[in-house]
Amino acid sequence: MDLLFEKSVMDRRSELLPPLDVPETALPEQLARKTAPLLPELSEGDLSRHYSALEKRAYGVNSGFYPLGSCTMKYNPAVNEKCAKLPGFCEIHPLQPESSVQGCLAALALAEEYLTEITGMDRMTFQPAAGAQGEFTGLMLIKKYHEARGDHRRKKIIIPDSAHGTNPATVSMCGMEVVNIPSDEDGCINIERLKAAVSADTAGMMLTNPNTLGIFEKDILSITEIVHEAGGLVYYDGANLNAVMGVVRPGDMGFDIIHLNLHKTFSTPHGGGGPGCGAVGCKNFLEPYLPYPVVTKTDNGFRLDYDRPDSIGRVKGYYGNFLVVVKALAYLMTLGKEGIPLSAKTAVLNANYFMHLLKKRYTVATTGVCMHEFVISMEREKKERGVTATEIAKALIDRNIHPPTVYFPLIVKEALMVEPVETESKETLDEAARVFAEIYDAAMEDPGAVHACPQTTPIGRPDEVAAARNPVLRYRREDNDGA
Amino acid sequence: MNNPHHLKYAKTHEWVEFLPDSTLKIGLTDYAQNEMGALVFVNLPEAGDAFSSGDIIGDVESVKTVSDIYAPVSGTVTAINEELLDTPEMINADPYGAWLVQVGDAEIDEPLLSAEEYEAFVAEGE
Repeated sequence: MDLLFEKSVMDRRSELLPPLDVPETALPEQLARKTAPLLPELSEGDLSRHYSALEKRAYGVNSGFYPLGSCTMKYNPAVNEKCAKLPGFCEIHPLQPESSVQGCLAALALAEEYLTEITGMDRMTFQPAAGAQGEFTGLMLIKKYHEARGDHRRKKIIIPDSAHGTNPATVSMCGMEVVNIPSDEDGCINIERLKAAVSADTAGMMLTNPNTLGIFEKDILSITEIVHEAGGLVYYDGANLNAVMGVVRPGDMGFDIIHLNLHKTFSTPHGGGGPGCGAVGCKNFLEPYLPYPVVTKTDNGFRLDYDRPDSIGRVKGYYGNFLVVVKALAYLMTLGKEGIPLSAKTAVLNANYFMHLLKKRYTVATTGVCMHEFVISMEREKKERGVTATEIAKALIDRNIHPPTVYFPLIVKEALMVEPVETESKETLDEAARVFAEIYDAAMEDPGAVHACPQTTPIGRPDEVAAARNPVLRYRREDNDGA
Repeated sequence: MNNPHHLKYAKTHEWVEFLPDSTLKIGLTDYAQNEMGALVFVNLPEAGDAFSSGDIIGDVESVKTVSDIYAPVSGTVTAINEELLDTPEMINADPYGAWLVQVGDAEIDEPLLSAEEYEAFVAEGE
């Protein structure tokens, strides 16, 4: 498929800009470019076809079953989009006077109220644009908390070996050190190892609950107590909140800080780079350190408070991705107090049902019931028949199912991490289980049969080694002209 | 498994070769490279770096995952295998030829395993 740059024809135009109705002024000489930018020139029709063609090559939750573990690919209700398109929300400017955007500030305050209630936190910022930035913000709060007390020794963050890869990356970004603790046989935190890991230089711990094996940490109250007694804070990675939202609250488990992926758990679209929202909630004692501005209630409305001397600063321009918060708020108000826990329970039920169906062939890495996701190991099949997690994943693509997360968590060999979410029907799960079984049988009977998959996609199996080592990250005209 | 008998092994899947000049070489085992899959990057320490047993002295990245390289002994880096930085796939092709670092003033704080013991250890974990 050609790029827009390759389809470009000189002087072909799309008249998308309205006529100029203000006086024209030139840019200052030193800011003006000397040559015209090399932008693609196309008609609106060409452009429209280009993006339709791209859409056909993409796969989203509206295309089919998408059990991508730890990503919570739930259906995003149309009402969310409808709310986000209301002129009062989308035709505003971030620098408008506060008095003219009171409704928007009220929406932010209401979303904060609901989400802090669900998570057991006291305050929340919507500024971080995604989960990783939420983690960064959360750890900066921990760092600030210790520095504000004059305790500069605490540089270490404890992370279990089952953690999402973003956790250790965040610790490095914040200039702190990772202390990795091996999980138990059942994938949970080992209390004795945790006790041995905490010390006077422990800044905190990062944990997701349920963990990446889809198991609820049964000792969570002891875990948070051990870290607190050592003087550290405990951070909740909200990637797996979908299993427990409205049922148990991270704040009640002893967590001090949480990030939420509104684009996962609270049904605003995601994938392909955003926009998202990695909202960060905290307990009251950390509130002074939140990024500014924060929305504050006044006698006659709301205002944006910029006077925050202890704040860690901004992590993104203005107020974050505001319309993502509007979509999440629409979702919260649609589901309400009964719907939120029902959604979590249905997610857990679906995961257990799907796990039960797959267990007839596949080996699940854990025993007993799971939460919202579970992990399959293809280790035995790899050894016996050379059938790896990759082979199953690639074969699923040809059957119009998005593969599960592969090779994660790292503590399970040949892992396939499956999260079926609450918005899938029993019929969808039954059909998907049938496809999983067919692929399994075909691959085990003739391992060569799946090597050629996928065949239905524009690209079959990309050369992953070459892609990692020599990534082509942008189009350069000079590399392509005359080629 | 085909682990050379003249080498010693660590539970963190590094091999150690004792050289006549009393330095030693460290590499990754065949099991480790096989578990990692096709390697795309390797980060190594610098000559002169001192480290203790169990310290992270580098990492290897495959298309699937990134893994730390742990020091099986204490010592000081005398040389690194610079060729690997551009061709990490050599570790996949020849794990017992593709040494990572050469170490001087080495001290063995943690007991190392023989080839048989290492194979038993791997088999136990399977």
